[in-house]
Amino acid sequence: MKLTTDQVKKVAKLANLPVNEKEEELYAEQLSAILDYIDLLNTVDTKNVEPTFNVIPEKNIMRSDVAGESLSQEEALRNAPNVKDGFFVTKGVFAEE
Amino acid sequence: MTFFIMDLTTLTLKQTLDLLEKKEITAQELSDAYLERIKKFNPELNAYLDIQEESVGIPAAIKDLISTKNIRTSSGSKIIENYKPPYDATVIERLKEKGVSVIGKTNQDEFAMGSSGENSAFGVTKNPWNLTKVPGGSSSGSAVAVAADLAVFSLGTDTGGSIRQPASLSGVVGLKPSYGRVPRYGAIAMASSLDQIGPFTKTVEDARIVMNWISGSDGKDSNCIHGKRIASSLAISGASYSSVVMTDLKGIRVGLPKEYFGEGLDSGVEEVVRTAVKKLEEMGAEIVEIELPHTKYAVAVYYIIMASEVSSNLARFDGIRFGGTRDLFGPEPKRRIMLGTFALSTGYFDDYFIQAAKVRTLIKQNFDKAFEKCDVIVGPVSPTVAWNLGEKIDDPLKMYLSDTYTIPASLAGLPGLSIPCGFSDGLPVGLQILGKYMDEETILSIGELYEKAVNWRTKKPKL
Repeated sequence: MKLTTDQVKKVAKLANLPVNEKEEELYAEQLSAILDYIDLLNTVDTKNVEPTFNVIPEKNIMRSDVAGESLSQEEALRNAPNVKDGFFVTKGVFAEE
Repeated sequence: MTFFIMDLTTLTLKQTLDLLEKKEITAQELSDAYLERIKKFNPELNAYLDIQEESVGIPAAIKDLISTKNIRTSSGSKIIENYKPPYDATVIERLKEKGVSVIGKTNQDEFAMGSSGENSAFGVTKNPWNLTKVPGGSSSGSAVAVAADLAVFSLGTDTGGSIRQPASLSGVVGLKPSYGRVPRYGAIAMASSLDQIGPFTKTVEDARIVMNWISGSDGKDSNCIHGKRIASSLAISGASYSSVVMTDLKGIRVGLPKEYFGEGLDSGVEEVVRTAVKKLEEMGAEIVEIELPHTKYAVAVYYIIMASEVSSNLARFDGIRFGGTRDLFGPEPKRRIMLGTFALSTGYFDDYFIQAAKVRTLIKQNFDKAFEKCDVIVGPVSPTVAWNLGEKIDDPLKMYLSDTYTIPASLAGLPGLSIPCGFSDGLPVGLQILGKYMDEETILSIGELYEKAVNWRTKKPKL
């Protein structure tokens, strides 16, 4: 399946990936080749076949709702580039662009 | 009083443990010997990205994506180049309890995406058997660390072949455990329905020791719920990992999938692998032809499912809680994130992701059916021996196809062992032994017997 540079632009935006024009063209070409190969899957008869998302059959693995050890606030913040008053600093959701 | 009658770095883990127990060597001497060798050879090989000079203990090399407390863990990427985890992965905690010390973090393809080591943001790792060749990937550094005696053993991860393939190309033992055998807590995630942490070792016996140390539920990986010890499906070795009761292969049915010996397999590699199969037969095994008819779809299935899971797992790199901005991803992660995002997007989800998941079921059923006729499945790990650095880097699809024999077992969650079985054009060839789900014991036992019978270990790369 062929991907246009417009589609690459759209996908890159969805994936929050900065991609320049030159990269758009390169990825359109490379991803198209990969998707062409993957189109091979369309030839497989999967009528009445259940999808496998997890090879193990168990579901809903739980533990008791008991608090245990965890990282300290300092440890949890240690790798962040921007910290203020013991919190991660992030972009405002409602801020103007 | 100690004196060296041999180079400590040539010892296996078992030999090392024996000498430590008898107090004939100390952990300090061991670490010093390996550190000296690392200083000498790592500049050329680039197996290690980080070397812990203060390390004292049984030296283990750890793939860069496995969290090591306060030690750089960058998953081969510039985006978390300076990330130092505030905690150890479960497997690291377990190893430390046994006297193992992290002697360094090893190079890898960025975010475990690659089959050659060339996608690392920190330079390539070279194959110690021939410095112009790739060592395989994505656990390139971990394989080379063991191949060049720069560690007693190492840990890597295998999602589509990233332990087995570099083990094959670099001439060491590598094991991908069954999905759910070893807890993934602390391993930077690539594809969550496929990832497994596993060992690279000098011998199969060593692999069994490391597996014994790291396996079993830790309460932090919802897909790792079993205990540590599970008996062989052949119920011959009792309850523990520590003893081999098998003395020959009589009564063992070895399945040879015709799809793993067809077009695309290099003739030199085929010859070496078939010689190994003959050896298994001489040792008493019954060779059975089996078929895995959906093998040809495995790479396509994998690249949809893995890329989709990757697009989700790598969304956490937002530059807010850790790491830099997303422009710091290399081209391969960007490619795969986009492929996965596309496959999961509205309008394409059913045709790509769901269809791939359905074909995955068929691939798994291939194995279920085949294992009715055999106890293990044997074949090549890689269609070729190590190729030249730079040879496949411009053709992503060509690179992907080199994982054609390792991917199916990953999709089915089965354990796979790669064990050195000879050389072609002077480069190592690995034999792949696949087992039933949770049946590491059988593949390790067979591997160990084969290894003792042929003893390829005496051959080492000239450095």
